[in-house]
Amino acid sequence: MKPTPTRLHPLPVRIMHWINAFAMIAMIMSGWGIYDDDVIIHGLHFSSALRLGSWAAPSLLWHFAAMWVLALNGLAYLIYGFATGRLRERMLPIRIDALVQTIRETLHFKIAHDDLTVYNAVQKLLYIVVILAGISQVVTGLLIWKPIQFSSAVALLGGFQAVRVEHFVGMSVIVGFLMVHVALSLLVPQTLWAMLSGGPRLQPRGKTS
Amino acid sequence: MRSPFRPSKPPDPDILDNHRDRIRLLQRRGIIRGGLSLGALALLTGCDVTSDPSIDKGLRQISKWNDRVQAALFDPNHLAPTYPASMILRPPKFNAYYDITEVKPVAVADWKLELAGLVTDKRPWTLERLMTLPSSSMVIKHICVEGWDYIGGWSGPTLRSFLERVGADLHAKYVAFKTADDYPSSIDMATALHPQTLLATQYAGQKLADPFGFPVRLRMSTKLGYKNPKWITAIEVTNQFPGGYWENLGENWFAGI
Repeated sequence: MKPTPTRLHPLPVRIMHWINAFAMIAMIMSGWGIYDDDVIIHGLHFSSALRLGSWAAPSLLWHFAAMWVLALNGLAYLIYGFATGRLRERMLPIRIDALVQTIRETLHFKIAHDDLTVYNAVQKLLYIVVILAGISQVVTGLLIWKPIQFSSAVALLGGFQAVRVEHFVGMSVIVGFLMVHVALSLLVPQTLWAMLSGGPRLQPRGKTS
Repeated sequence: MRSPFRPSKPPDPDILDNHRDRIRLLQRRGIIRGGLSLGALALLTGCDVTSDPSIDKGLRQISKWNDRVQAALFDPNHLAPTYPASMILRPPKFNAYYDITEVKPVAVADWKLELAGLVTDKRPWTLERLMTLPSSSMVIKHICVEGWDYIGGWSGPTLRSFLERVGADLHAKYVAFKTADDYPSSIDMATALHPQTLLATQYAGQKLADPFGFPVRLRMSTKLGYKNPKWITAIEVTNQFPGGYWENLGENWFAGI
């Protein structure tokens, strides 16, 4: 089969990326609306400007609507990523020395981004972490929704309140990623443009490369 | 017989007139808050999605779909974990749409449990008669939609045994409740027949205290706290969707856990 040159971000990836962006922001902001009724960190509240839904019930309605978009879109992304080999190709391998090197360069404000088609080690690690955090959010979210139906899984993760904390930590990881991700995409705007238009065409890469 | 589920008198239009200013204030505040609360999303979509009634309608449609998903996830044979009696919180946590100081105790001499709908024996029950039914006990976790939980110990006849005794149609869709504190509620038949669904008359081996629903309240191990009405005065078996106090305000109806 003749390999056709594909773009850095093929159309399905771009569509799934932006659906995920909307769903994730809706999940985070409605989650903050739900959180406020019984806080996990004493004294931490989210202002109404940051909450999706005017009180807990509409926040819950949003959360339990956006969850379908997030979960189904995420599932489609994972199936696509594994089936096409894209996930492995873009995220692996991560080498420790490369990781240390990139961190050192970043701390010296040398953010090299001449070639958008190659992810540096830190990028790879962050993408893997956020994908795992997303999967973890779906699992802990399902367990908070159905702690009795899935009582053995809840017990395995330390009980209902522990799963709530895990769901909160997962959110924090994703929000942390989001801040770095958005800041860097604004710092290197061609990455943002690439996620809209597709970015540079990749050299056809066979399995041998 | 007149159904106890029909309002005894139509809503008074004066109430709306007298509160018109407050209602207007509420809506204006809602619009301001809605406008602010969206922040980033509103910028991206170019519209305010929280104050749009069609959005609210759409979200409630999805909530109805979620009711069906939850009914499918509900396993009628799966029992919730139970705990030793030493872990029971005494007294239980009070939670309602009003403060504990506003609880109006039910006088047992005047109290009776009425029946309506798809039930063959509609004779009202006294507490004395209810106490003659075999009692079950369970020490289970109460989980509130807000996120907190506590362990409580409840005793009383199973709702299943009660429904069987009064000749209820066990293939009907819903069991609805009326209460002394105007907190209508309803559940699906599958949950009504679950072995951990009790008409609780006792807490931690003692008579149920006034703030917690004396003489009888519903306690289910498989639903969120707000689905458990206290001070029950009437039970109806029906195929018409009955809704409920919080559910009509937008909380999810099935609310299974």
